[in-house]
Amino acid sequence: MPDKKDFDRDSISNTLIVAIGLSLVCSVIVSSAAIVLKPVQEKNEEQFRQQIILDVAGLMEPGADTADLFAAIEPRMVELASGDYTDVVDPNTFDALAAASDPELGMSIPKDLDIASIGQRAKYAPVYLVRDGDTIEQLILPVYGKGLWSTMLGYLSLAPDGTTIKGLRFYAHAETPGLGDQIDKEPWRAQWAGKQVFGDGDEPQIRVIKGTVPANAPDADYMIDGLSGATLTANGVTGLVQYWTGPHGFGPYLKNYREGSQ
Amino acid sequence: MSEVRQVIIDPLVDNNPITLQMLGICSALAVTTSLLPALLMCVALTSVAALAGAAISALRHRIPNNIRIIVHMTIIASLVILVDQLLKAYAFETSKQLSVFVGLIITNCIVLGRAEAFAMHNGIGMSFLDGLGNGLGYSVILIAVATLRELFGAGTLLGYPVLETVANGGWYEANGLMLLPPSAFFIIGLLIWGIRTWRKQQVEKPEYQIHEVHRTEVY
Repeated sequence: MPDKKDFDRDSISNTLIVAIGLSLVCSVIVSSAAIVLKPVQEKNEEQFRQQIILDVAGLMEPGADTADLFAAIEPRMVELASGDYTDVVDPNTFDALAAASDPELGMSIPKDLDIASIGQRAKYAPVYLVRDGDTIEQLILPVYGKGLWSTMLGYLSLAPDGTTIKGLRFYAHAETPGLGDQIDKEPWRAQWAGKQVFGDGDEPQIRVIKGTVPANAPDADYMIDGLSGATLTANGVTGLVQYWTGPHGFGPYLKNYREGSQ
Repeated sequence: MSEVRQVIIDPLVDNNPITLQMLGICSALAVTTSLLPALLMCVALTSVAALAGAAISALRHRIPNNIRIIVHMTIIASLVILVDQLLKAYAFETSKQLSVFVGLIITNCIVLGRAEAFAMHNGIGMSFLDGLGNGLGYSVILIAVATLRELFGAGTLLGYPVLETVANGGWYEANGLMLLPPSAFFIIGLLIWGIRTWRKQQVEKPEYQIHEVHRTEVY
């Protein structure tokens, strides 16, 4: 290959041309790939979200089609303030994060109530009902809140008594791999099954503590083992579960439920 | 022709990026708990290394010396993002398991090392093949480690049961250590030992040797 002897590639003009030109070309390539592939990725994400709902409900069957299994689950919209069902928005197309900042659908959360650190939320939220004939077997609530690095989004499954937890699973988070990401790993996740959200009152009692839950503690039903090295992530999980089951979240809905009015 | 062969075959054993050059160990430890993510990681790294080699080689007469590393990083980073986006679209489940490690190909020393050492001085075709060869060298080790770890750690290969584990009513007591990161260290160490016993020329000279002093030298 002939060397271009008279061309000074270390000159300031060439440095600028290469730097700017390369940045432009690379950014065009990267952003067009992101845009072209977005629909496929979103479909994957949606399918994954449905799988998580099925998984937290214990309905996931290996090899079965997600959409078929998901058809057995009934999504309903709830108006959070009153705790009643509503048909104002379609639960299948509802996007909680987009609705939270929408002037019509969203509202800001007072600072002292915002234990999930999310700032604002939608006035409505979907619930997923798992039925066996007419009787409801599980209520699956979407929950989200800030962890250490990221917003953690997941689903909490409750028994029909509105207080016994069946499971908690996250479908999106960016917590520290190896430490905070244990929130979505089996040994820690398994502890949630059978724990209680509410004691006597309407305030949720469930929390992630520091260290392991003492076996003989009187309120062991309301405590989850801490995650060593991931205290802030664990605090975030406590915050989001308490917020969404609390009086400002699904509290009124769950109260109706516990009192048997729906 | 022999040059082409050398560029592709050499990195497989004689100049392997992991066992001889000791590059890319971090991801070799992290993604080898089972075979499928390891395979996907191999494809991702090999394609990034080959394409980055070709792209950097094409620009090598224009890249100013004082910003060359940044230029390399920009090209590599763009390719990595491209691969990551493709994986998220077409291999969603496995890309979840790979999590941050696809993104970390950007900092994988194999890619940057070959860009700096080879692509800056050689033609486009050869640089592409050099990236391919080094990617394959990395892949050989990753596949070997992942096969051993998945087989003895979970009794499966690519998710299909090979050794029936006790947990599934079989005879094989799965070795949990194999699924933990330290086992990858042991396996890579043993591989390096094996390769250096086979290919004696890879054994390095000791950097320091105790000098035996004779009593007459003391004074």
